[in-house]
Amino acid sequence: MKLTLRVWRQQGPEDKGSMVEYKIDGISADASFLEMLDVLNEKLIADGADPIAFDHDCREGICGMCSLVINGTPHGPERATTTCQLHMRKFKDGEVIDVEPWRAKAFPVVKDLVVDRSAFDRIIQSGGYISAATGTAPEAHSTPVPKPDADAAFEAAECIGCGACVAACPNGSAALFLGAKVTHLGLMPQGQPERWDRVVGMLDTHDDEGFGGCTNTGECTIACPKGIPLDVIGRLNHDYLRATVGGKKK
Amino acid sequence: MSESFYEPGEPLRDAKAPAGPIEDRWTTRKFEAKLVNPANKRKKKIIIIGTGLAGGSAGATLGEAGYQVQQFCFQDSPRRAHSIAAQGGINAAKNYRNDGDSVHRLFYDTVKGGDFRARESNVHRLAEISTQIIDQCVAQGVPFAREYGGLLDNRSFGGTQVSRTFYARGQTGQQLLLGAYQALMRQVDAGNVELFARHEMLDLIMEDGRARGVVVRDLINGEIKHYTADAVVLASGGYGNVYFLSTNAMGSNVTASWRAHRHGAYFANPCYTQIHPTCIPVSGDHQSKLTLMSESLRNDGRVWVPEKAGDTRRPSDIPEGERDYYLERIYPSYGNLVPRDIASRAAKNVCDEGRGVGPGGLGVYLDFADAIERLGRKSVEAKYGNLFEMYERITGENPYDTPMRIYPAVHYTMGGLWVDYDLSSNIPGLFVIGEANFSDHGANRLGASALMQGLADGYFVLPNTVGDYIARTSLPPVGDAAVQEAAERVTGQIDKLLSIDGDRTVDSFHRELGHIMWEYCGMERTDEGLRKALELIPALRAEFWTRVKVTGKGEELNQQLEKAGRVADFLELGELMVIDALHRSESAGGHFRAESQDEDGEAKRDDDNFAYVAAWEWGGTGERPVLHQEALEFEYVKPTQRSYK
Amino acid sequence: MAVTGGILVLFLLMHMIGNLKIFLGAEDFNHYAHWLRTVGEPAVPRRTVLTVTEIVLGLAVVLHIWSAVSLGRRAHEARPVKYQAKKKSHAQGYAIHTMRYGGVTILLYIIWHLLDLTFFVVNPKGGDATPYERMVADFDPSRWFITVWYVVAILLVGLHLHHGVWSAFQTLGLRTPRSERALRGLAVAVAAVVTAGFISVPVSITAGWVS
Repeated sequence: MKLTLRVWRQQGPEDKGSMVEYKIDGISADASFLEMLDVLNEKLIADGADPIAFDHDCREGICGMCSLVINGTPHGPERATTTCQLHMRKFKDGEVIDVEPWRAKAFPVVKDLVVDRSAFDRIIQSGGYISAATGTAPEAHSTPVPKPDADAAFEAAECIGCGACVAACPNGSAALFLGAKVTHLGLMPQGQPERWDRVVGMLDTHDDEGFGGCTNTGECTIACPKGIPLDVIGRLNHDYLRATVGGKKK
Repeated sequence: MSESFYEPGEPLRDAKAPAGPIEDRWTTRKFEAKLVNPANKRKKKIIIIGTGLAGGSAGATLGEAGYQVQQFCFQDSPRRAHSIAAQGGINAAKNYRNDGDSVHRLFYDTVKGGDFRARESNVHRLAEISTQIIDQCVAQGVPFAREYGGLLDNRSFGGTQVSRTFYARGQTGQQLLLGAYQALMRQVDAGNVELFARHEMLDLIMEDGRARGVVVRDLINGEIKHYTADAVVLASGGYGNVYFLSTNAMGSNVTASWRAHRHGAYFANPCYTQIHPTCIPVSGDHQSKLTLMSESLRNDGRVWVPEKAGDTRRPSDIPEGERDYYLERIYPSYGNLVPRDIASRAAKNVCDEGRGVGPGGLGVYLDFADAIERLGRKSVEAKYGNLFEMYERITGENPYDTPMRIYPAVHYTMGGLWVDYDLSSNIPGLFVIGEANFSDHGANRLGASALMQGLADGYFVLPNTVGDYIARTSLPPVGDAAVQEAAERVTGQIDKLLSIDGDRTVDSFHRELGHIMWEYCGMERTDEGLRKALELIPALRAEFWTRVKVTGKGEELNQQLEKAGRVADFLELGELMVIDALHRSESAGGHFRAESQDEDGEAKRDDDNFAYVAAWEWGGTGERPVLHQEALEFEYVKPTQRSYK
Repeated sequence: MAVTGGILVLFLLMHMIGNLKIFLGAEDFNHYAHWLRTVGEPAVPRRTVLTVTEIVLGLAVVLHIWSAVSLGRRAHEARPVKYQAKKKSHAQGYAIHTMRYGGVTILLYIIWHLLDLTFFVVNPKGGDATPYERMVADFDPSRWFITVWYVVAILLVGLHLHHGVWSAFQTLGLRTPRSERALRGLAVAVAAVVTAGFISVPVSITAGWVS
């Protein structure tokens, strides 16, 4: 395949950055999008140019490290697929492809296509856990969990923390990421004692980090490589209102 | 003979496991361990490298216990560690199925599965702790699969005949890691753990023969920083990426372990590599990694190839009578569920006979047609839906209609830094946990046991044993000279890599090394091939240090520089693996020597000569390493030739 | 947004029902307009209920706009550097993308509408006529462009509700997977009824069915 890439290049956080065009030929349709970038980088290095920096690690769609807004869509055109599992057979020969980093104030660009997503870690730090010190756990079968609850919790817990929801949201909101964790832990009986403090703590951090507010556009769930449903945002709102207006938060 | 490749050294012994009945050893050891009083814990610093299941759980537990923990990972968040990609499940001897499981059976299966090359005391402790892990994870809210009654579901996994594997669809590693990650984040919030993401450990700070800290590179701005502590814990994972193509993450590397090895930490059994039988075959030269399909697929999928060599018909056109379900044929009692090493080699053998399928003839079918007919498509979808989707995304083929094509790929490394019962390396103050150590899996790891070991080490073992070390050791502050020396070594290497400015990319070297390793130190190893590799690797290494091209500067985000440092270490490790494989002229688990097989082509151990752990001491680049043998004694599980027929 | 929007939706429904009285004839319609001012008498003075309603509505509109503006500003701040590629939207429905500009258009329309039929500034008949006369004069066939303006604005209101009603339930945490279909249906129904109800009046006058 022959392709024209327009890639966001930015030396460092302070640099202004711009789109730079590259032409590349001889790409296999079976290559993944990142493997295509590998090939381009090998070529750039051979030419003595600076290769394109991009985040990636597991390349099997689970670590959440790869990002890339491809032709205006986070993780590219294929639904429920991370960039690392997007294959070139989904593109046309001769296509012009725009590649940009996630864009959000809370995800500042580090270099080229690499952004800093530590804001997500700080959101989890402010309540996205169940306090269970090692060694204090009761026997696993002492608390049965209804299968539908366990399944729904699992679906929410599938979130890989990639940030595509933020990248896609016209408001730059991380409500889907937030809702996924609140839903996962809020559906498990073990998560009940901290349920109300958790949602308030996490949402406050979310706002402090500079993410935007949710207006229910639904772009996030479509961009989400794991297909986390909008229901989790409904639950987030529900729990937040009960915690604050409903006075549940201690 | 192979002696010319290494120097014999003093025998080695694990002095930490107490004597007495095996069931009591861990209890005894915990009781004998000196405790650190809570007020003192706050003054003690522990550095942890890596945030996977082992590192994450250790950081959370030690932080909770009150130590000052500093934790490092090269990824942008601790949640990205490659434990996240483990699919199948985690074993525990809960015996919830009432199918005859017990701690002793898990112990027995693990020792046997490891082809009698693991230490009995360690394995028994692992089996004991397994049940606590499940309790801990459930308390953290890990959404394990459940039955309609609300209780935990189990499934069976390759190499066992009981159902003891707990799972969360095909994403068990992800869910367990997120549990550990969340517990760790809680400690970060509480101020007990200081987190350094995008930091890579590049050297160990040593003083008076003890590990006292690390030198790291801040991957964002290239700054070289140093941190000192009372103990250093390596939880930096395995080294499968020495093969270039493996199921490891792109960033997985041996650097932390290797730099410790260069300071004198022994590297044990490096040649034991697990080749996983169910991966998606290579599709072309662009391939950057291989993707695993969970072993659980073998529970319902049937493995076959055409009976005749060179049969290029579509799978649906090959009638039942002309198919060879070779695992079921050769191993009637275990069938498709034989251990990984056996399944992998069987696949290689049928492909070598020319019966492989797909491009290049490097693949076998994993067929779900029978399962779909027996259980219904719905139920197959519920069990394996996400795996099927992943397969279709990667290959463009729908496994509900046409059988999957699979081929073995490097997946896990049983070898690693040598540790004693306390998980301490031979360098005092340096502890090694998870896949980075060598301890529990012998020559072959059973499915769903890696998660168990990582969490056992991090949640339950290390927090007890590291305390004992700290309580018994009184340490002065680290002197500047030791720090300076380590930092200079790091900057020296970086400057060197940047100054070569040759004409070959880092990846081209890595790819070539991987090719050598796969060809000569892969699924089947021969004396001749290994000797050849022993010529090729040093030559490639020499070429690397004269021709590699690393673009950019040291003082910036420079992914080429990161890779170059890792590949430089792989080029040394590869040689040690080959030496280890060459010296071990028996076949054992993940190490198959063509010269050592029985009449049926099965691996043949040589217990008289090789019932030991090979712990290698660094001799210098290109110099002969020193072999220390730790004899293995089997009091409870008598070694037999493994049979899965 | 959800709470104030909810108040406004309820108002719209009442308003629409009132408007439809025009099909019952001038007397009924004028009587209804008169009743709006006297409702509550003699318990409370004339126009009390109407004034309170106007204050509540005014507040609701102000708060609704304020919420929208602050969300918009947050959104702007949350993404200081925009995408270069033309942003592809994948979310279902045109309605979502007209919330902001549609909302501004609706605001302009409300101002016109108040000047027209509450303060009579731009109405051809002025304050001395009956409400019925003002309506008929307003949408006289010769002033077809006014009718078009009203129809366009009401269509935008309909779109606004189509997303807004569903969105309000989501924001209040009242939407669940089970109620999803019902809520989507409710949103379509409310939007359709309000749109049809409001449009029917000016169109009927312009077409000469009501005179």
